[in-house]
Amino acid sequence: MASVSVSTTLNTDEVEFLCQADETLLDVLRNRLGLMGAKEGCGTGDCGACSVIMDGRVVCSCLVLGAEAQGKTIETIEGMAQGSELHPLQKKFIEHAALQCGVCTPGFLMAAKALLDANPSPTEEEIRFWLAGNLCRCTGYDKIVRAVADAAAEMRGEAS
Amino acid sequence: MSFDAEFRNQQFKSVGSRPLRPDGIDKVTGRARYGADFNMPGQLVGRVLRSPHAHARIVRIDTSRAEAVKGVKAVVTAADLPDLTNGDAELLHILDNCMARTKALYDGHAVAAVAAIDAKAAREALKLIEIEYEVLPHVVDVDAAAQSDAPLIDETLFTGGVEPKPAKPSNVANRSEFGHGDVDAGFAQADVIVERSFRTEQAHQGYIEPHACVASCNPDGTADMWVCTQGHFVYRQICADLLGLEVSKLRVTSSEIGGGFGGKTHVWAEPVALALSRKAGRPVKLVMSRDEVFRASGPTSATSIDVKIGARKDGTITAAVAHLRYTNGPYPGMWAELGAMTSFACYDLENVKTVGYEVLVNRPKVAAYRAPSAPMAAFAVESAIDELAGKIGMDPVAFRIRNAAKEGTKSSYGPVYGPIGIGPTLEAAQSHPHMSAPLGPNQGRGMACGFWFNFGGQTCTDLNVNADGTVTLAVGTVDVGGSRASLSLIAAEELGIAYDDVKAVVADTATLGYNDMTDGSRGTFSSSMATISAARNAIDVMRHRAALTWDIPVEDVVWEDGHAKARGENYGNLAPLSVKDIAAESGKTGGPIAGHSELVADGAGVSFATHICDVEVDPETGATRIIRYTVIQDAGKAVHPSYVEGQYQGGAAQGIGWALNEEYIYGEDGRLQNPGFLDYRIPVCSDLPMIDTQILEIPNPNHPYGVRGVGETSIVPPLAAIGNAISNAVGVRMSHIPMSPPRIRAALDGGAGS
Repeated sequence: MASVSVSTTLNTDEVEFLCQADETLLDVLRNRLGLMGAKEGCGTGDCGACSVIMDGRVVCSCLVLGAEAQGKTIETIEGMAQGSELHPLQKKFIEHAALQCGVCTPGFLMAAKALLDANPSPTEEEIRFWLAGNLCRCTGYDKIVRAVADAAAEMRGEAS
Repeated sequence: MSFDAEFRNQQFKSVGSRPLRPDGIDKVTGRARYGADFNMPGQLVGRVLRSPHAHARIVRIDTSRAEAVKGVKAVVTAADLPDLTNGDAELLHILDNCMARTKALYDGHAVAAVAAIDAKAAREALKLIEIEYEVLPHVVDVDAAAQSDAPLIDETLFTGGVEPKPAKPSNVANRSEFGHGDVDAGFAQADVIVERSFRTEQAHQGYIEPHACVASCNPDGTADMWVCTQGHFVYRQICADLLGLEVSKLRVTSSEIGGGFGGKTHVWAEPVALALSRKAGRPVKLVMSRDEVFRASGPTSATSIDVKIGARKDGTITAAVAHLRYTNGPYPGMWAELGAMTSFACYDLENVKTVGYEVLVNRPKVAAYRAPSAPMAAFAVESAIDELAGKIGMDPVAFRIRNAAKEGTKSSYGPVYGPIGIGPTLEAAQSHPHMSAPLGPNQGRGMACGFWFNFGGQTCTDLNVNADGTVTLAVGTVDVGGSRASLSLIAAEELGIAYDDVKAVVADTATLGYNDMTDGSRGTFSSSMATISAARNAIDVMRHRAALTWDIPVEDVVWEDGHAKARGENYGNLAPLSVKDIAAESGKTGGPIAGHSELVADGAGVSFATHICDVEVDPETGATRIIRYTVIQDAGKAVHPSYVEGQYQGGAAQGIGWALNEEYIYGEDGRLQNPGFLDYRIPVCSDLPMIDTQILEIPNPNHPYGVRGVGETSIVPPLAAIGNAISNAVGVRMSHIPMSPPRIRAALDGGAGS
């Protein structure tokens, strides 16, 4: 099968890669571009561990073809911190102990970032429903919801 | 050197605080490396072919067409994993589970595997492996499998634990019995007796990270493995035994682990990856798909349990009996035995008897799942206890307090308890604001208790004091939920230095002595004990160095607040030496400073919890929503309270999923019908409320800081707490887990507990 040539914007960098037509974006990120932050928990779009942001929208990268990245803007967990400055969500996840094993964390952070980009003041219910596509088996979600709410407050300039 | 583990009450400086975890940055930036995140040069892709049949004899395997596929470098079957187990039946079962030898015993049982240059070639090769099966009758139901006319899973198996030895083979692998007193006499004294049968369906641990490893066998007989596991030393031992490797020549590195909950205490595909690598002469990465995780890695048991409890009108339980049948998958385990041991562990009973039956079925081999076997027994017992309290007109908490075990109680499984937390958790529940909060229509409140043994085990740590006075702590227990933070706190506390000056790492099998698994809630308990011991040994070295520096007898040097101090009036002008001072001079005073520890961490204090839960049941659909949830549990001493709370919340959430949704669904053909997260639905964020926690601290007398394991007990009470809440909400007593909408609907329509 002939490879497809793809040009995309990945974490603000211009990136080109070759991939097979049937190769998922998740496989491209992990196997061709060395970005291992997105995880394959199911491969069927049910767990959200592979969440990335494509043109401002959270997607399961296991359900997107690598070729579909052509001309798009992709954000992954590797691009979330600005240099050594963590994103408020990243800081709050650590502060609130919102991760235990941490394998779902990159997906949660991507999904939560997309939420706060769209809605700076989500209610608890909005946070819970927005994150319902991301499975966490360790935490019971309590500390994740608190971390997202606290990060939102900080980003709004409110003292936590 | 002997180690004094006795609890001493003290004011803590570090322990009990909530610093940031050392692995946090890696985990929020995507840099943490899990099982599938590691690669080696020349690595091949491994894939496993699995049986589509629940029970079938393997007549013939032809791999020649698969081997001819371009890019395929190795194909292995059971023939490539010869039996080296030397009569060790348990080890042979592990080997047979990794790769079926004569029969496929469940849907998903591995029968062959390939290694190829890419996934596409590997997939193509799997399709070309020809297997001739003779399909056999199968059985997946626990009660059906225990019948004498059931299809036999192992024709050579006779029920153990019964005298005389049975004349016929059976799927009941073993019978175990616990208890004391005379239950018949006890029931004769009872004013009220509740007798009920319960069923629970099979649930999976549901860790988000599938099993993954990279195996690399070298021509000189050495091998390396990178793997997600709860116990890399145990994996090394089992893989070395199965592959015929010398233990020292197999180096196993544990990756970050993306959840385990007991499911990563057993080897699954790792020996197969080693066999592929050995045959191909190249490293092999083997990662399970989610479908494989569900079909072929360990779920918990499905169960069928009969309970009978009698009490006097004054609220005293006079006798209690449970008969527990647990599925084991196709190989014998001790799952019903654990259920039988834990059933009545919360109570102080004069007459008690529990009997466990291990039942083989054509389902995947059962693996530990967080307090393995206890939640199902607690569902049955705590439901019956609630019903009994109702029948004699007592408040369910007061009834449990009256019968709760306490220090000195002879437990239903044998040992006499030391200081324990069941009474205090119940009293805390009684006075908790949750207990008196108002409820709306179709809402109900329930509560239940839970017990877990906790475990200690073999543990080894190294504590190295670096030249700048910072400390590197190497532990051998895999960090499944924040233990590197907890153990750094422990080292800081014992040495009297700052948390930030300690860096804890999980060492590989080549750099540290043997450690048991992170299981049985032992990670922080046992490794903290070994860390305290190692720190004390390092302090001893530092006292000697200070004595040498000062040229005074070491007996005159004490260790206080992170400093060596000269004791005695003669030494008034000697300024105390800090760890940094002593470390800076170490090159001149005798070289590197370290403390080592090797011990068996005995005395893991038993653990108890009480949960309170409010539900709302939709009478039209039968759907149940958790609207409020409170966990009260004894931690002994909460080393890092945030991660203790996390264990309480996570266990409760898993219990909620099991109670309401999660179950393995088998078709008539014995195939698993829901091997994916869409159809095997674990709780999502919008399903749950905040989960409140209350940490009690009843010190474990056998640990210097009073620490008990905290990881498992939290999954034990939810099934019954929710069942009791549903009963109080809509007046039906549920006896079948999960209490899914159709089962609740059927119960509301008059079916008993469905």
